[in-house]
Amino acid sequence: MKYELVAGFETHVELATNTKIFCSCTTQFGGEPNTHCCPVCIGLPGTLPKLNKKVVEYAIKAGLATNCEIAEISKMDRKNYCYPDLPKAYQISQFDMPLCNHGYIELSNGRKIRILRIHIEEDAGKLVHSHGSTMVDYNRGGVPLIEIVSEPDIRSIDEAREYVEKLQLIMRYIGVSDCKMQEGSMRCDVNISVRPEGSEKLGTRTEIKNMNSINFIAKAMEYEFNRQVDLIESGEKVVQETLRYDDVTNTTSSMRGKEDANDYRYFRDPDLVTINVPKSRVKEIATELPELPAQKLERYVNDLGLPEKDAQLLVKYRKVAEYFEKASDGTKNAKTAANFIIGQIFRTVENESEKEKFDVNVSAENLNELIKLIDGGKVRMNLAKSTLDKMLETGKKPSELISESDMAMLDESALTELCKQAVESNPNAVNDYKNGKEKAIKALVGFVMKNSRGKADAVAAESKIKSIIINN
Amino acid sequence: MIESKIVKLHKMLEEKEISCKELTQRYIDALQKDNAQLNAYVTTTPEAALEAADKVDEKIAKGEKIDILEGIPMTLKDNISTDGIRTTCCSKILEDYVPIYDATVWKILKSQNAVLLGKTNMDEFAMGSSCENSYFGGAKNPHNIEHVAGGSSGGVASAVGGNIAVYGLGSDTGGSIRQPASFCGIVGMKPTYGAISRYGLIAYASSFDQIGPITTSVEDAAIVYDVISKYDKMDSTSQGRKGAPVCDTLKNDIKGMKIGLAREYLDGVRDDVRQSVEQAAEIYKSLGAEIVYFDLPALKYALPVYYILACAEASSNLGRYDGIRYGYKAESYRDVNDMIKKTRSTGFGDEVKKRILLGTYVLSSGYYDAYYKKAQNLRGTIVNSFKNAFKVCDVILAPTVPMTAFENGHAVSDPVETYLTDICTVPVNIAGLPGISVPCGYNANGMPIGMQLIGNTFEEAKILNAAWQYENAANIYKSSDFGVKL
Repeated sequence: MKYELVAGFETHVELATNTKIFCSCTTQFGGEPNTHCCPVCIGLPGTLPKLNKKVVEYAIKAGLATNCEIAEISKMDRKNYCYPDLPKAYQISQFDMPLCNHGYIELSNGRKIRILRIHIEEDAGKLVHSHGSTMVDYNRGGVPLIEIVSEPDIRSIDEAREYVEKLQLIMRYIGVSDCKMQEGSMRCDVNISVRPEGSEKLGTRTEIKNMNSINFIAKAMEYEFNRQVDLIESGEKVVQETLRYDDVTNTTSSMRGKEDANDYRYFRDPDLVTINVPKSRVKEIATELPELPAQKLERYVNDLGLPEKDAQLLVKYRKVAEYFEKASDGTKNAKTAANFIIGQIFRTVENESEKEKFDVNVSAENLNELIKLIDGGKVRMNLAKSTLDKMLETGKKPSELISESDMAMLDESALTELCKQAVESNPNAVNDYKNGKEKAIKALVGFVMKNSRGKADAVAAESKIKSIIINN
Repeated sequence: MIESKIVKLHKMLEEKEISCKELTQRYIDALQKDNAQLNAYVTTTPEAALEAADKVDEKIAKGEKIDILEGIPMTLKDNISTDGIRTTCCSKILEDYVPIYDATVWKILKSQNAVLLGKTNMDEFAMGSSCENSYFGGAKNPHNIEHVAGGSSGGVASAVGGNIAVYGLGSDTGGSIRQPASFCGIVGMKPTYGAISRYGLIAYASSFDQIGPITTSVEDAAIVYDVISKYDKMDSTSQGRKGAPVCDTLKNDIKGMKIGLAREYLDGVRDDVRQSVEQAAEIYKSLGAEIVYFDLPALKYALPVYYILACAEASSNLGRYDGIRYGYKAESYRDVNDMIKKTRSTGFGDEVKKRILLGTYVLSSGYYDAYYKKAQNLRGTIVNSFKNAFKVCDVILAPTVPMTAFENGHAVSDPVETYLTDICTVPVNIAGLPGISVPCGYNANGMPIGMQLIGNTFEEAKILNAAWQYENAANIYKSSDFGVKL
C-alpha cells in the first residue's frame, strides 16, 4: 500500500527587536552569561512585565505577510510549568486569543499551507552543563518570539522544506527576524502522521521537537515517516508522543511519556492589559511592509521580462533583490543586470550567510554605471564582462577601468578600414565564404573585433564585410 | 477633630521645634522598647533612618522647603521591595532575600527623604487575617496584646496603632489593609485598583493586590495617598490618581451626599459592630447626608469568587520560589526536581501551601470551567452590582469586619470561620473599588470597631471626604498606650 505523509509545523521565530518583550534589556545573541538581564527578565519578586510595542508591531507584520487576519483584541496568558530556565515558573504567551489568525503560505506547486495562528510569547533562558554541574544563563530569557502554527497541510518533505524556506524568506524580507536556525532564532516542531493514500482520515501523530536545520527537518521527517509506515505495515499502532531527533544516529526517540503530559494551567496574565489593535493601525503597518518575495517574483517575470528561474534566484535573498533593483534602475534591459549578478557576481559569494548579507566588491551603483555604458553603445558586452571581473577584483568604478580610447566608439571610416584589412589579410576565409561556407564569415568578424579591441559592433562589421566581398 | 500627625510633625520640623534626628531617635527608642511586645517589626533600619533624618535636617538648616512627608518616620509592609534591605514576605523561603531594586512607592517616598524605621510583620505572602501566619510570629494588637493585630498587614497596623511609626504602607488583596486597621482602631485605605503602582510589591494575587496607607487619621491617609498615587510606566495596570489631589476636597461639607446601606453587608455581623455602623449612619444624617438603602445580592458570591481567583493567581505567582536564584534552598536533595520540591515543601508555611494547592486545582484542566471560569464570570456580576449601586448612592457604608480583633490563636484554630470574616472586605478587591476603614467605636472590652466607606472607581476623594467628616463629627479615636506620645 502507498502511504501519504501529513505534517504541520509549529515554528518559533525570534523577533529582531532591540529590546526584550517585557523589559528594556538587549536581545543581542551571546554575551557573558546573565549580563543581558534585569530584575524583570529574571523574574525577581515584585517585578512586572511591560509589553514592548515593537513586538506587537513585528508580529502584526509577520501576520500580514502570511495573509493572516489581525485580531483587534487579544491578550497575554500565563503558561505555567516549572523548569530552571523559566525564572517565573510561567511563560507569558497567548492561549485562546492570539494576535494573528487564519493565514496561509502559497507553495510553488500552487498549494496553500494554511496558518492557524501566530502568537507572541517570551523565550526562556538556557541551561549550560559543565564539569558535572548545571548552570542557567538567562540572557535569552524574555527575548520575544512568535510561534507560527500551521494546519496539517504539508504532504511531502519537499513541501516541508519549501514551507520553512518560504517562512524564513518572508520573515527576513519584512525585517522581523534574521531566522538563523543555527543560532536558534528559528526553531521548528513538526507534527507528523501517515495515512493510506486517498484516505481522508488523519492518522495518529507524533511531534518532533526543536529542530534547528532544514536538512535535519527533512531527514527527521523521512525517518519518522518510514518508522510510522513500518509500524502500521507490521500491524502495530503509532503512539501519540513527543520525539527528539538525533542528528548523529538519524533517528527519533521519545522525550516523555504520556503520564507526564503537562497541564499548563493557562490563565490570563493579570499583570498585562488587553492588547487593542485598531484596524487603522493595521492599515498603517500594512503600508510599511516592503514588497514581498512572491510579489517581487511576479513583477520580475511579468514587468521586467526575466525568466522565472532567474527571478527566483534574485528574490531568494532580500539584499540580492535590492541590489538587482538598484543595478537595473534606469537601464534598458533588466536581464543584463540579472545575468551579471547570477553569472558573475554570485561566483564570488560562497555560502548562504554571505548571500544573505550580499556584501560584494561591486556596488550596485557601479554595476548600474557599467550597464548604462552598454546601453549607450559605449561598451560592448565582451568588454563589459571583462571589466566586471576587474571590478570584482578591485572594487573600482567602471570609468576607472575603461580608458577613454577603449570607450571611444569606432567611427564608420575606421570600421570600413578594419573590414577591408580583414578581407585583404584572410584570402582563405574569403574564398571559403564565397564557396558557400557561411561560417567562414565569423573568422573575418573575429579579426575586426580583435583589432578594434572589442570596440567594433560585430553585427555592423559582419554586414560591412559581406558587402565588401560581394562588391569585390 | 482628630489631628493629622503628619501635618503636626511637618510644622514642628519646619519651625525647628524638633530636629528630624531627634524625632527619628524618639521613634527608634520607642520601637526598640515596644516592639518586643507588639512584634510589629521584623527588620529595623535605624542607621538608614538616621541618615535620612540628617539629610532633612541639613535642608531645614539651609532654609530649604521640605515636602510634606519629608522626615516623617514611617514603615513598609515586608512585601514591598526595598533595595538593600531584606524583604521577606515573612516567609522562610525569603528569609534572607535582599532585593536589588526599589518598589515604585518606596522610590517615590525615598526621593522625599521619608524616614524608614524598618519593615513590618505580615501573614506569610499576605495570606491570612491575623498576622499569625508570619514565619516570625504574629504582630500584636496595641489595644490588647492578647489579641491579634489582624492581617495580613498586621505589622503596619500594630506599628501605627502602637505609635512606633507615624504611618505605613500596607497591601490589600482581600482586606489586608482595612481589616488590621479596623482591629487596631486606626485608618486604612485600599485605593482603586491601578491608582498606585504595584511595581515592587511581591505579588499574592495580582488582579486584587493594591498598596495603600495605614494612618491614625483620615487626613494622614489623604496626604500619603496624594503623594504615592502616580502613574508608573513599570506597571501596565497603573493609572495614577484621577482628578485633583484628594486633600483639596477633604474637608468639604457633605450635605446631600448619598450614603448607601446594603442589608447584605449587615447580615451575620456581631451586634456591637452593627450598632456602631448604624450609629455612624445617624451621624451622617446629622451632617446633612442622605441615607439610601439598596440590595446587593451578588455579595453572597464574593467569598468563593475571591478564594478561587486569588488562590489561582497565587499558585502561579508563587511558582518562582524554587531555590535556584534567591531565597531559601533545601539543604540536601537528589536532583533538581527533588530540590525544588523540598525547598517549597519546607520553605512555605501551611496556609501558603494550602492556597497554592487550591489555586493549582481550580486551574487544572477538567476543573477550570467549574471553578476558575465560573468565578471569573461571577466577578463580572459583582462588578456590575456595584456599578448599579453607585447609580443610587455616592459612597457605601458597611462594617469593615463582622467582629473585633480575634484573640491570639483563634484564627489558626478555626481557619474556615476566619475566611468568612473577610466577607465585608473582599467585594471591594473583586470590583477594584476604593475602600477605607475608619474607627467607629469600641466594644465592651475596649477593642476597636471599624466601619468601611466604599466608593466608585477612582473616587477616593469622595470616600476620604465622607470619612473625614465622620471622623471629625464622631471624634472617637483613642490612642493605644504604646509608643511615642506627641
